[in-house]
Amino acid sequence: MKLSLRELVVDFKTPDEGRLPALGPISLEVSPGEFVCIVGPSGCGKSTLIRTLAGLQRATSGSVAGDDVPITGPLATLAIMFQDANLMPWRTVIDNIGLPLELAGVDKARRHAAVYELLPQLHLQNFALSYPAELSGGMAQRVALGRVIVQRPKALLLDEPFGALDAMTREKISLELLDLWREHRQTVVMVTHDINEAVLMADRVVVLSSRPGKLVADIAIALERPRAINMIYRETFLRLVRETRAAIDPPDA
Amino acid sequence: MAEVGKKHDTELGSRSTRTLLLQLRRSSPLLSLVALLLLWQLLTSAEIYPAFIVPPPAAVGEAFIEALQSGLLLKHLSVTLEEMFFGLILGLGIGLSIGYAIAKMPILEYTLSPVIVAFQSTPIVAYAPLLVIWFGSGPTSKIVTTAVIVFFPSLVNTIVAVRAVSPNLRDLMTSLNATPWQTFRQLELPSALPVVLAGLKTSATLAVIGAVVGEFVTQGSGLGFLVTSARNQYDTPLVIVTVLTMTAIALSLYSFVVLLEWRWLAWRRRSKP
Repeated sequence: MKLSLRELVVDFKTPDEGRLPALGPISLEVSPGEFVCIVGPSGCGKSTLIRTLAGLQRATSGSVAGDDVPITGPLATLAIMFQDANLMPWRTVIDNIGLPLELAGVDKARRHAAVYELLPQLHLQNFALSYPAELSGGMAQRVALGRVIVQRPKALLLDEPFGALDAMTREKISLELLDLWREHRQTVVMVTHDINEAVLMADRVVVLSSRPGKLVADIAIALERPRAINMIYRETFLRLVRETRAAIDPPDA
Repeated sequence: MAEVGKKHDTELGSRSTRTLLLQLRRSSPLLSLVALLLLWQLLTSAEIYPAFIVPPPAAVGEAFIEALQSGLLLKHLSVTLEEMFFGLILGLGIGLSIGYAIAKMPILEYTLSPVIVAFQSTPIVAYAPLLVIWFGSGPTSKIVTTAVIVFFPSLVNTIVAVRAVSPNLRDLMTSLNATPWQTFRQLELPSALPVVLAGLKTSATLAVIGAVVGEFVTQGSGLGFLVTSARNQYDTPLVIVTVLTMTAIALSLYSFVVLLEWRWLAWRRRSKP
């Protein structure tokens, strides 16, 4: 799925009826199957951008579109993953992963078949009937990832999906996500505050300015796939990280 | 091998200590009950008060058996239970649905809260006679009294519980194109259930008060009436039997809700190993 932002502006209403510009104007095009990471200072509207693409936030002006069809509400072909795992504590792992199918009216047998097929890739095969309270942060986030993958979306919107995890777990899950993506090749837009993570995972890193977020740099990541963790020691990698960082904090600022 | 055995032994030792403590903790409420009975027996043996004011436990036991055999207790008990049952259903039904509506539409709270709070602040005993005037001396007035007293805690708990539903999970349901019914059934209901059930514990015990207050006012039948008529006849053992029956109803209802919690909220007992 191709995702496009055209002159997108999002303002928030303040309590005194004023308007707080959060994002834009910004134009951006993400090609089908492309993996784009969005980085920028905190409060730059990264999450707002993701929420607008997901149809959870209305554009103040301009438009967002999926395959040139305007997005005005949540689409079944577009799945969003939130910063915290956001699981239902009263549902088991399989029932949390199966929730999107259940809401779509898929019967129990087919739902379970689809979920059990995913469990090994998510390293959750021994936790099918566990409840969220019994899972570590990393496992909970894998369940959240499973809940996104099970929808077989054409595009993934990831809002700092690993932000709450420790560095080791985060690195591991990032690479697992890349494996899953290599298999299905959805379009991915991922917000992150970790520049290394952005460069390691993306085809393109888009840098936003501070509020209201505007596009300040669009950096192509010329590293071959599949990506591996030892690439972070390469000269190219370090150059790209430096370039990204310079775009976030301009040296003259 | 020896090390494994040793570890096993210590585990066993600590486990038996734990079981003992657990048993002690389980039986301690029973111990206080036994102590109370003993104190009661001592008080009556010392004959500080005449038997018609503080009858000995044995006299109360006899009165209980007699009231049971004559069918007197069951007759009045069934009247009270029926009033409580319908009162609970009515009060819960209204409390839960208005609570849900208020939680979803905050404007309703501004409109309704003065009436609801005024209603709640007035002592139930004070306006129970009014309810009798309006609904007659039959079971309806007692059902309404019970409903009124059950209404408030279920209302407040529902509002709190539905407002506490995670906004992130609401976003998730929106992003999955959930229908309003799906959001209610799969998110709001299970998320609100713990708080609503906690409120139900309060409501269930209050229901006894509602029915009995209604019966005090009207006379005729029910445990509330039985207490008044027994007192008028200086049948203190029967008064105590009736009061203890009310306690038993409240405790049974409470335990029933605890059972519901155990069954429906099994997920809350799970945690990281």
